[in-house]
Amino acid sequence: MRYWYGFYGICQRELLRFLTQKARFASALVRPLLWLIVFAAGFRAALGIAIIEPYATYINYEEYILPGLCAMILLFNGMQSSLSMVYDREMGSMKILLTCPLPRWFLLLSKMIAVAFISLLQVSVFLLFAYFYGLELAPMGYFYGLLAMLLAAIMLNGLGMIIGAWVKQLENFAGVMNFVIFPMFFISSALYPLWKMQEASNWLYQLCRFNPFTSAVELIRFACYQHFNATAFYVVLGCGIIFMLLAIISFSTERFNQN
Amino acid sequence: MNNNQLLAVQQLSFNYGHKPALIDVSFELPQGMTILLGPNGAGKSTLFSLLTQIYGIQQGDIYFNQISVTKLGYQAMQWLGVVFQQSTLDLDLTIAQNLYYFGHLHGYSRQQSLTKAQPLLMQFELQHRLHEKVRRLNSGHRRRLEIVRALMHQPKVLLLDEPSVGLDPASRQALADVVRDLCREQKISVLWATHLIEEASDADHVLILNQGQLLATGRSHELQNRYQQASLAEVFMVLTSEV
Repeated sequence: MRYWYGFYGICQRELLRFLTQKARFASALVRPLLWLIVFAAGFRAALGIAIIEPYATYINYEEYILPGLCAMILLFNGMQSSLSMVYDREMGSMKILLTCPLPRWFLLLSKMIAVAFISLLQVSVFLLFAYFYGLELAPMGYFYGLLAMLLAAIMLNGLGMIIGAWVKQLENFAGVMNFVIFPMFFISSALYPLWKMQEASNWLYQLCRFNPFTSAVELIRFACYQHFNATAFYVVLGCGIIFMLLAIISFSTERFNQN
Repeated sequence: MNNNQLLAVQQLSFNYGHKPALIDVSFELPQGMTILLGPNGAGKSTLFSLLTQIYGIQQGDIYFNQISVTKLGYQAMQWLGVVFQQSTLDLDLTIAQNLYYFGHLHGYSRQQSLTKAQPLLMQFELQHRLHEKVRRLNSGHRRRLEIVRALMHQPKVLLLDEPSVGLDPASRQALADVVRDLCREQKISVLWATHLIEEASDADHVLILNQGQLLATGRSHELQNRYQQASLAEVFMVLTSEV
């Protein structure tokens, strides 16, 4: 029962903190909505999307970027949660977590899952807005899409935790956000299909291919249309496990000694 | 090691890089109040970080119930209540939410957490403010809440790292009185780290730490007799000026 209550406590705290930070929730929604309503409207005419998997027909640009924007919410929230870990460490509240009678790997894993659920909550609200904007998925598409997003969120949270473990001060974190979030997002298939990228530059295309965020986007895209992208699944799963292990190692006692 | 001692530290040393922070520190914590006296930078917070396993042990060992923490690992934390020098409360949550969170981390349900905290909240006069956000509490009440939280799981050892920082003299005295009452009533061992000599009473056990070295241990009046000084402050001055 101790493990269950520990997990429940961490999830509840993350939810309470999220609900008390209304600006964080608003910005998490405004960002993808701006991309969807303003950016996509402008680019719709300039970018033609050919028939590519998993789409059965020609699609609007808005429809193309919808999974990428869902992944963007997961990416930003994953990084923001690691920012909150840096804040917790600076403010001292991290010590309460570290001095409870539960193993650190369990605490970290619980935090990753808790943050993933918060991310899914944000994505669900975004998808509701998208629905009223005219972007509708099949009911099972929502179900499979959210499952794919849960896996992608855990991978991205793992990456965020690694960064959070190595960043000692909040001031440094802003720089890391710019060096991680924006390159990951733009050098991916979130905004443009990979074949478009290949037309523009081969080396950029190769970077996109090996970016795990591209796999996260593609896994979500296929799942939203009730298809399974096995390559993307294994990349996200593999990277998720590696990031999780590295995060646990980073938060070991030895790491705190150095801090 | 004495069988009655719940916490014992043996030949503990710790370095930050090449800079020594603790050098060969050994002591046993008796039941009752123990004052860990040392100036800023003496190594008190490093010792607390080692006792709470935030830092890993580099040299020496720490024993709870005569079992090494290297064997016990995180399970040792169930016997330990800690109040850190820096506040560890979540300011945006209420008193109740902070207590529930801590209770859950120690394996208690919401109701169990409340049941365990209720008598302590009454003792520390916080029972009517359960649903107030911590941000609205003054520093004295925040300290009290941290002690309530540290005692919720009925630990055998309570570690207080400079708990009176930021408190006025009256609040400081009140806090010390409540903690001494707790020692008597609940038979717990308290390690109270401070740089303020006046926080030690004659009956307290005292550890004097300076530049990472434990210079003396004993009851306040015993130390005065041993070093032939009129007060603990003079004992402290004599010992720290020798290093």
